[in-house]
Amino acid sequence: MLDIRIDSKSYGDQKVLGPLHLQLKQGEVVSLLGASGSGKSTLLSIVAGLDRDWRGSLQLDGAPLQGVHPAISLVFQEPRLFPWLTVAENLRFGLPSADDCGCEVDLLLEETGLHGLGQRLPKQLSGGQAQRAAIARGLMRRPRVLLLDEPFSAVDAFTRMKLQDLLLRIAAHHQLTILQVTHDIDEALYLSDRILVLPAGGGPLSGEFSVPAARPRSRSDAGLLPLKHQILDLLHLAEQTA
Amino acid sequence: MSDQAAIYLGQGGAHAPPAAGAEPLVQRTPNAVLHTPARHRQLPRWLLGLLLPAALLAAAELAVRSGTLAPNLLPPPSAILETIAELALRGLATHVAASTLRVAVGFTAGALAAILLGAATALHRPAHAIFDPSVQALRAIPSLAWVPLLLLWLGIDEAPKLVLIAIGAFFPVYMGVSAGIRGVDRKLVEVARLYRLTAAQQARQVLLPGALPSILTGLRNGLGMAWMFMVAAELIAASKGLGYLLSDGRETSRADIVLATILLLAVLGKASDSLMLRLEQRLLAWRDSFESPDHA
Repeated sequence: MLDIRIDSKSYGDQKVLGPLHLQLKQGEVVSLLGASGSGKSTLLSIVAGLDRDWRGSLQLDGAPLQGVHPAISLVFQEPRLFPWLTVAENLRFGLPSADDCGCEVDLLLEETGLHGLGQRLPKQLSGGQAQRAAIARGLMRRPRVLLLDEPFSAVDAFTRMKLQDLLLRIAAHHQLTILQVTHDIDEALYLSDRILVLPAGGGPLSGEFSVPAARPRSRSDAGLLPLKHQILDLLHLAEQTA
Repeated sequence: MSDQAAIYLGQGGAHAPPAAGAEPLVQRTPNAVLHTPARHRQLPRWLLGLLLPAALLAAAELAVRSGTLAPNLLPPPSAILETIAELALRGLATHVAASTLRVAVGFTAGALAAILLGAATALHRPAHAIFDPSVQALRAIPSLAWVPLLLLWLGIDEAPKLVLIAIGAFFPVYMGVSAGIRGVDRKLVEVARLYRLTAAQQARQVLLPGALPSILTGLRNGLGMAWMFMVAAELIAASKGLGYLLSDGRETSRADIVLATILLLAVLGKASDSLMLRLEQRLLAWRDSFESPDHA
């Protein structure tokens, strides 16, 4: 469904990504892990169309992708809500006014647990509510692929768990393909169908793991411990070679 | 004891049973609230702001009346008020209106030019490279240095006064607009790019609101400068206006007229600044900035 082929991506003389080839299937949840500087966020920027300075190709259902595309949405590490707009206005941001019936906004607010908060300003939201609003905004244009750049790293552990469950519900409901960057192995194991480990300084994947657990998963699934240790060892190795 | 409860203070605390024969210190009805939080009894803010000027005026009145200060150098505030009343009968409103109109026209022209040039230099690097160094150099020129040139070029009519006021307003507004737009959070601009906004949509929907706090600060400072430059302009060549009144007071050795005019300038400047402040509070209600509870 989504085919990502990166020949090379560099910042000046420093190679960050590539050669790399990833393929994501419809409805798949994939997590990207890797040492700092392994280009995880850069990869998301490339797929989102924000970074144009790289060599390679992107295809969605066989059709080449150029630049920003409405079928692909990105949720950042911090909510990045426009502080002068209400939550509902943030959700409608950038939409042609013809699409602005308000029903989609209400549905998504309901779905993300923000019912009744549409008229609030971002400063009146908690960290978790703001991140929910950011996810809801990311879903407004009914994307097929949702990119998430450590979206839960700035919230407390309890809120994070609730947001993870919310994400899984939304992904299932909208048949979304999700590619997320995370530093949290437990989160990757809980959410993902596949976990990819990026090497530092470019090159092919250091590791690719399928998560052999049915949903709904338990957060303390002992059966996933060997996989966790395997990924941890790989990350330690990547950290040492970085 | 009736159905009224009573608070007894003493050993055992407020809820201890009363000692025999003890008198209740506070009677309370069943509806009374026992533990009301301590509330600060504060004067309204506008009244607090008047305390210092009122104290200074009272001190001046006392100093003159006791003979410590010569009344020809510092007339007592009561005499200044009489002068204002006297001026009011002799066309003070015309002078105030003339000055206010000059400030309004000069400020509007200067602010509009500053907004356009400030936005252009903030949005286009070549424009910044071409215009900004010259603007910064012109900004360093003292206001009075413009006067001879403006008189030479534009005569002594309204035009040089309005241009001088516009120059005064221009630079703070330019700085506010330019710095404001350049300071908008890059991450928010990235969101706008993600939503495929055109350059014009980005400017209107992201850059302008993001720069608004800085723009409004620039406008507020520009308005203050406009009042200052208005006085400079009217002191040099005017037949009406508050600057003219100042000049007239100096030439006729009427310190009361000079002080009355200064007082009026302070009131008008404060009033226009308060309007700008109110506008700022209204437009920037979304800001999640520090506001001390004592400052609210």
